[in-house]
Order: sequence, then C-alpha cells, then structure tokens
Amino acid sequence: MYSFEPTEEQKMLIDTVARYASINLRPASHDADEENQIPINLIKKGWELGVLQASTPETYGGFGEHSSVTGVLAAEEMAYGDLAGTLSVMVPGLFAIPILLAGSEEQKNEYLPSIVEGDWSPYTAALIEPHYDYDPNELKTTAMIDGENVLISGEKSYVPFAKEAKTMIVYASLNGQTQGFIIPNGLEGIQIGERQKMLGINALPVYPVKLDGVRLRTGNRLGGVNGHEFSPILASLWLATAAMALGVSKAALEYAINYAKDRDVFGIKVAQKQSIAFMMAEMATEIEAIRVLTWEAAWMLDSCKDEAYKEAYLAYIGAADMAMMVTDRAVQILGGHGYIREHPVEKWMREGRSFAILSGLAII
Amino acid sequence: MIEFEAPKPIAQQNFVLKTVAENMMRPVSRYFDEHEHEIPWDYINFMHMAMKATGAGSLAPKDTPKKDAEGKERPRIGYQMLAFMLEMLSWGDVGIYLCTPGGGLGAAAVQANGTPEQQAKFLTRFGEEKPAFGAMAMTESQAGSDTSAIRATAVLDKENNQWVLNGEKIFVTGGQKSLEEGNGLVVVWATIDPTAGRAGMRPFVVEAGSPGIKVSKMEHKMGIRASDTASLVLQDCRVPFENILGSPEVAQEKTTTGFKGAMATFDATRPLIGATAVGVARATLELLKELLAQQGVTIRYGLPRQKLTSIERDIIDMEVMLRSAWLLVIKAVWMADNRKSNVMEASMSKVRGGDVVTKITQRAVEIMGPMGYSRDLLLEKWFRDAKISDIYEGTGQINRLIVARCILGYTGRDLR
Repeated sequence: MYSFEPTEEQKMLIDTVARYASINLRPASHDADEENQIPINLIKKGWELGVLQASTPETYGGFGEHSSVTGVLAAEEMAYGDLAGTLSVMVPGLFAIPILLAGSEEQKNEYLPSIVEGDWSPYTAALIEPHYDYDPNELKTTAMIDGENVLISGEKSYVPFAKEAKTMIVYASLNGQTQGFIIPNGLEGIQIGERQKMLGINALPVYPVKLDGVRLRTGNRLGGVNGHEFSPILASLWLATAAMALGVSKAALEYAINYAKDRDVFGIKVAQKQSIAFMMAEMATEIEAIRVLTWEAAWMLDSCKDEAYKEAYLAYIGAADMAMMVTDRAVQILGGHGYIREHPVEKWMREGRSFAILSGLAII
Repeated sequence: MIEFEAPKPIAQQNFVLKTVAENMMRPVSRYFDEHEHEIPWDYINFMHMAMKATGAGSLAPKDTPKKDAEGKERPRIGYQMLAFMLEMLSWGDVGIYLCTPGGGLGAAAVQANGTPEQQAKFLTRFGEEKPAFGAMAMTESQAGSDTSAIRATAVLDKENNQWVLNGEKIFVTGGQKSLEEGNGLVVVWATIDPTAGRAGMRPFVVEAGSPGIKVSKMEHKMGIRASDTASLVLQDCRVPFENILGSPEVAQEKTTTGFKGAMATFDATRPLIGATAVGVARATLELLKELLAQQGVTIRYGLPRQKLTSIERDIIDMEVMLRSAWLLVIKAVWMADNRKSNVMEASMSKVRGGDVVTKITQRAVEIMGPMGYSRDLLLEKWFRDAKISDIYEGTGQINRLIVARCILGYTGRDLR
C-alpha cells in the first residue's frame, strides 16, 4: 500500500521536536550564528528529546528500533529551527549510528549504552577531506593492515566537535574500500588543528584532523576485523542531509510567505504580485517533491530494497538543488531586507549551499 | 505508516498494461503520428473489450469501496490504479492513449456533478457492445484559462422542456469521436445567465446524434496527433431539461457553484495529467539511457557532482525530476482515494509533471544530437507530445496560481 501518513508514535516525536525547534532553537539561532557558539544547555535539551535514543534498541540502552523514516521526519523538523543546533544535538549519532548499523556485537555493547543512556557528550566522525573532488567512496586517507595493527594516514576536514570528542570514527580507504575505524582521541599521530571558519553553520565547531601513521588494533575496525559495508552508512548520511535541507527550505519559504503577505507595494501586498506568488508556488512544489522522494528513499532503506542506495543518492542530489533554489529565492523575495543579517534568510542561504558539499556532518 | 509499496492489484494491472503498451501502441506510434486523424481502432477495440470485461464504464472510480470476503471495506485505490494505468499507457503512446474509449473528461464531469439518475442514464453507454467516447467542451476562442469569459448560452424552452444551446467550442479533446464514432457524449459548458459571470455557468450533456451540434474543424497539432482535437458548433442545439448537471437556478447571492463543479472535476483529473506526463518522461529517459549504454556511456550513481560528466549530471537530474514528479502524482491520487482535500497537491503534481516532461524530452533530444533530431527515433515525437501536458487541463501558470493561493491563504480576489 501507499501511505503518506506518519504513525502515531512518529507524530508525537515530530510534535516534540517541532516545539523544541520553534520555542528553543529558532530564538537562539541568530545570536548563535553571530557568536559562533550554541549554548550547551540548548544542545542538552535537544538531546533529551530522545531522537537517537528512540532509534536504538533496548539491548543497547535505547527504547526503539532504528528507522530511517523516523530519522528523516525528526531531522527535517529540527533543522527547521536551526541547522547548527540540529547538527550539534545529533553529533553523538555520527558515531553511534554507524556502530548500530555496521558495528560488531562487541562494539555495540562497548559504546552504545554509555552514549545512549548518558547526557549529551561529543562523539564524532571524520569523513570529509579537503579536496575539491572529495568523494566518500574514494578517500585519500588510507588504512594499511600491518599484522594485528592498522596504520591510518591522511587529512580530514570539518570534523564536528573534534577537539572535545572522546572517541571518533575515522573513515579511510582500505584497498580501495571505505572503512570506518574507531579511534580514541589523543592517540599518537592524531593532530587536531585550529577551528575552521565556513560560509555558514558558524555555530557548529568543526576542526581539521591530521592522521600521521596512527596505529590501531585491527579490532578497532568498524564491524570487527572483517570490516563492514559502507553503502548503508553513506545512504544514511545522504538522507540526513536531504532531511535537514528540507527543514531549512521549509523555514525559508515560510518566512518569505509571511514577509510577502505583510509588505505593501504599489497599494497591494508583495505576495499579491504574480511574479512573487509564482516563485513561492514553485518553491513549495519543489519542497513537496523532494520531501516525498526523501521519504521513499528512507522507506526503501528501512525495507532493505535494492534501489535504496540509488534512491537516497537521488534524494540527496535533489535536496541540494532544492535548498539552494529555495533559500536564494527567499532572500530575493525580501529584496534589500533579505541581504540584512537582521532577517534570517541570508543565513539560510549561506547554509543552503552546504548540503551539496557537506554530507558527512550528520547521519540518521 | 509511511509506505511506498504499490498494492497488488496495481502491480497485476501494470503487468497487463505493459504488454498492451509494448505490443499495441509502440509498433504503431510512428504510423499514427504521421497519419493525423486516422483512428487507432485496433487499440480502441481491444481496450473496449478489456475494460468492458472488468466492468469499467467510465474510467473514474466508483464511490462505494469494494469489500473483501468477510465484508470488510477494502482500502480505496481507484485513483491510484488510474494513475498507474495512465502512466503506463502514456509510456506506450500518449496520443493513442487519448483515444481510449470510455467517458474521458465528459464522464468525469457527469460523475462529479450528476445525480445518481444522470449517472445511470449517461454512463452506462460506455459499457455497451460498441466503444463510445466522452469529451468535455469548455474552451472558446475568447475563453481559454479564463473560463468566466465563456459566451456559449443555454436558454430554457419551457414549452418543450428543453435547453437550447448556442455557441462555438474549440480544443475539444476527442470531440469528433464522441459525436461521430459511436453513441458518445460531450459535456458542454454554457451560461444560463450571461450577467451572472461564473455563477451562471453550467455543464450540459449533449449526446451524439443531438440536433444542432456538429464538428466544424479538426486541428493539426504539434504532437499527440493520434488524438482528435475538434471545434464544435452549437446552433439551436436542443437537449432535454434533465441534461443539465447541477441546479438550473442561478442563486440570488453571488456563488460560483457551477464553476466549482468544473474545478472539482479538475482536482480529480489534474494528477492524472501529471501521470501521463510522467509516462512520456519515463519512456524518454529509458530510451535515452539505453541508447547511451549502446555507445558505452554508463551512469555512475553516488559520485559527488564535481566528479560527474556533463551527461551523467543531466541523467541524474532527470531521474530526480522524474521520480519526484511521479511521487507527487501518487500522493495527490492517494489523497483523492482517501477523501482528503487535494487541491494544492493536485496542482503541484500537474505543475511538476508538465515541467519535468518538457525538460526531460528537450534535453534528451539535445543529448542524442543529430540522432535525437531524427524521426528515426521516437525522441523527437515525445518532445512534441510532451508539451501539451504543460498546457491542457490548466496551464502550468494556472496551476501555479492555484498552488500560490493555497500556500498564501488567498482567494481568487486576493491573487488574480
């Protein structure tokens, strides 16, 4: 059957997240971006909503099952409030979800309960690399097996909370395959650089990480000595990106609508001009189209369909274009006011460009 | 629960329709494109037999849901079935699909606006021995998207208890077949009070063989050439009083009930036009990928944009467009089946469908270069066939207007 109706449980979760997004995240959004920092209490409050906890089974300290559909619903709703805030709240997931999806039983038992049952605390993952043709399936960071050990060398970029994180997953190419490695922070050969400054998402602390022959036991390979498949992890990264792009786009459209309905021009409201109204109709159509595509990809991933990987990629590519189109137009509709930092649309436009590039900052 | 699994009956239906599309449509696609106004009777007779066997008279789904063995109501999937059917037949050939017997838009209007008696009287013909066709006549030379400018009139002749219709209609899809090939009907929109604007607009059923109506012209078109597009002249055309759909009174206060009747029909049919657009787009993209594969071009999914070739990037964008447009159609018809108001979603699916099929077919011809421009391939035909999806049953612009009013909470007066 087809259905576009979330379950009652999902609706309750969305409602809770939506309240947090508009009551807590949004009012703090502007200052957080200006001051490059999100209040830690705000992050903790978001963590306590229990999004990650709800997608972790009881055995590992949670109270639900992993569901990509629930994940995309929640991520869209939270990103509607603030993107950097969402990424901060979700950062432990960047470490925990790959372990849940691909980790060995031992790894799950070792890490998941303490993360899921505890307060928010920074765990992270390092995937992105500083090259124009950065490709998660062809990483330049390499892993080499040396008997009982693995040696990892390379450069990573935009690693959220790298400085504070206790442990991180570093992705590296092992014989041409992308594999994750669980690395305790502070190991010899790891060097965390100065915090990086970006076009947007300023409130999220991100760092470059250099790995110079970091030596690990092979048991630290995600999934155990035999490793894991990378494609389900990549698909879940793409879907998180698509979902957050939807949230930011929804926020930008809504703001543009309210502004255009309020602003007088030539004796009527701006929204009553077809040139503006049509722009907004197209924005709304684009968002709705990419939303159903993202939902379908998430459903395919949950139902283990063969096409899930491709569909998640399509959703991600479509979402990147949607977010750029929608946020650009939101600025345009506000005209000069859109360019002023008092209004949030210029911030959303700067964030709008990130989705095509920074898949790897969150996972659902 | 959010789900994307096509129900079993749809999968079964699709299997059969694919055979029809491959064996009865594609082989004659080029022939009927080059022999405009010839009628594809083989396809028509086959479809009539098949649809009669399943009891489908008009294509529009029945109001009462089917029941299972225990008497429990099955979920309604009528519009979803229809969307899948139209998508697949349009994948075969959208011009030939438009010749499908059954009531078409005419029957849809009877279904949306008629009483049970009228539905029985006018719709049973589509399940009879010989195929019959239905059409909707709305557009006039001075009244396209602006239907309030319709000038055709209906005057009540009280003595004979008949309506007398006068006027000229253009762009009637299937108009010729509805009036001249079998016992069909045309639903004609006319005003019963020219001073009342939209409030005076009413649909009238004009059956084939009625005196005073005739086909005055058959258009020569860019595409969908297998489908006839007729002009109809009504000169003192008389129909029985009970052929009016909806109330014969013009309400005292300014209402637009009559007009809304037409629009309700469109809420149901717009996603279906979206479905036909998606069918043409899918045919195009599939052929394009096949032709490229023959040239050794494969598409690498999963790469960052910076590493894609221009052709890969085009194809991937086309896949995003196609899939998302199709899912918008599914959502709109799922809402119709579940009796949820789908005005906005119906228009969104029409906007998106019209957009993506024009972009995809135009890009496909470009990518195949000189071969794309040749009539050896069907790509150039689909390029021509595609454009109509962005025009008929509400242009892309009219549908943007509807979406805009919905998201802004505006009436037609607020956003003109």
